[in-house]
Amino acid sequence: MADAIVAEGLVKKYGSVVALDGLDLVVPEGSIMGLLGPNGAGKTTAVRVLTTLLEFDSGRAAVAGLDVVKDARELRKRIGLSGQYAAVDETLTGFENLDMVGRLYHLGRQPSRDRARELLERFDLVDAADRQVKGYSGGMRRRLDLAAALVAKPVVLFLDEPTTGLDPRSRLGMWDVIEELVAGGTTVLLTTQYLEEADRLADQIAVIDHGRVIAEGTSDQLKAQVGGERLELTVASARDVAATRAALGPLAIAEISVDERSHHVVVPVSGGADLLVEAVRLLDADAVKVLDIGLRRPTLDDVFLTLTGHSAEDEKSEEERGA
Amino acid sequence: MNGFVEALADGAVVAKRNLIKVKRVPDLIVFATLSPIMFVLLFAYVFGSAIEIPGMNYREFLMAGIFAQTVVFGATITGTGLAEDMQKGIIDRFRSLPMARSAVLIGRTTSDLLNNVIVIVVMSVTGLIVGWRIHSSFLEALAGFGVMLLFAYAISWGMAVVGLAVRSPEVVNNASFIVIFPLTFIANTFVGTTNLPGPLKAFAEWNPISAVTQAARELFGNTSPGFPAPDVWPLRHPVLASVLWSLVILAVFIPLAIRQYRKAVSR
Repeated sequence: MADAIVAEGLVKKYGSVVALDGLDLVVPEGSIMGLLGPNGAGKTTAVRVLTTLLEFDSGRAAVAGLDVVKDARELRKRIGLSGQYAAVDETLTGFENLDMVGRLYHLGRQPSRDRARELLERFDLVDAADRQVKGYSGGMRRRLDLAAALVAKPVVLFLDEPTTGLDPRSRLGMWDVIEELVAGGTTVLLTTQYLEEADRLADQIAVIDHGRVIAEGTSDQLKAQVGGERLELTVASARDVAATRAALGPLAIAEISVDERSHHVVVPVSGGADLLVEAVRLLDADAVKVLDIGLRRPTLDDVFLTLTGHSAEDEKSEEERGA
Repeated sequence: MNGFVEALADGAVVAKRNLIKVKRVPDLIVFATLSPIMFVLLFAYVFGSAIEIPGMNYREFLMAGIFAQTVVFGATITGTGLAEDMQKGIIDRFRSLPMARSAVLIGRTTSDLLNNVIVIVVMSVTGLIVGWRIHSSFLEALAGFGVMLLFAYAISWGMAVVGLAVRSPEVVNNASFIVIFPLTFIANTFVGTTNLPGPLKAFAEWNPISAVTQAARELFGNTSPGFPAPDVWPLRHPVLASVLWSLVILAVFIPLAIRQYRKAVSR
């Protein structure tokens, strides 16, 4: 199977700030690649380079077999881009927005109209088709923006943080739409800072930090890289913490970590739900007072934390504080 | 489809979109015409009572000046419009489409030109009400409006460069105001230039807005033998000077604007 997106050693600098620091990426045709990283990691810069919007300093990139610099014009006919914030015109109606985009893809007058109607139907915007976008909800705007990216039936679709800023319900709606799309064979490059989103949608995930890919694989592969399951408990007192450590020692496959202040104990284990039963029995036998106990599988959050030394959320709040 | 025809066709799609916006948000055009109407009335009745132009009514003298000022201000919409589209990510969308690189700019400047036509019509009616008259032929009058609109169109391309570089509609608005306001005042727009102090006089005489104003005055027949144009080349050959100014501005700013658009990314 051919590769829909190939990037080799992409470098982009803004003055002394390095936005892309030798980014390498390969996305096979018909798959969804999730580009996962915190704000400022270089996700949007990567999308802009690959969609011909941004010139870069060195490296090479090709999308759908076309060079992003030399064949830019031809390339634009085959890609769709849906941005971080919905790039739709507020004073136009939903129909007018899509019709305009169709005309600018040179579909012709009638085909543009037909395509606009078809997409409005598909994205559940028929009732709102002839209303100004100004009155649309955030979720409706994103759907319209995504529809605009699909007007010319692109072979490669770029979704730059498609659900950032959406409420949970609209986010679920967007996920359904995206999943449906990919079932149709479109190659998708999706950027996100939501680990859950990459987990649910992407076949392959590239974790990106400071402008380069620091890890790549399926969601399961990445999780395996971080390690297996663990028991997480919160106990009532410092005495209980010590007792827990003693009682569960035999179950641990690696060092038990403890937060003395919150009486939180994490025990790396291997063995599934039976192990949880066993643990509860052991604790009960020693009369440890347990407030909360659970068996957790690693999340992409853990992956991210392990790989970068900081969590996605941390970096975000640091930036917000800095701003 | 060859490149040029395609650029025009894409430009027409963008222009149509801009005009739909004007129709939906009429405040823009209402305020764009209200202020010149206010200027016509203020100058005609407040300054008009104090300013004497030998051999003619001040209101006849005034109108070409107000027209010139207004269309130049009208051209600044190009800058604010593009800055707004940048801010909202719409330029990114356009740039990701397989359309001509010049199309967004062609569409924008064209729709702003049409806005200026509407504004000129409204102002002409106001002028006629307060006593302005055209004393030349229909074709000459048309040429007078043509010279002004051509100049405004050229300024639009300059404002496009500003709008794409600055990226904030508010800043474009304020910046263009502090540049354009004096430009349109240190000129022959509202008073004769003869009594201005030395450096201002030289500036006013070579100010392209003076040439445009003088050209329109002559083409409308709003001149008087008792008040001849100063003896400097652009004001003695105002139509030619205005057209030359416009072409030079276009030759400089069209390539600059397209270059700026090519690398413009919203943030």
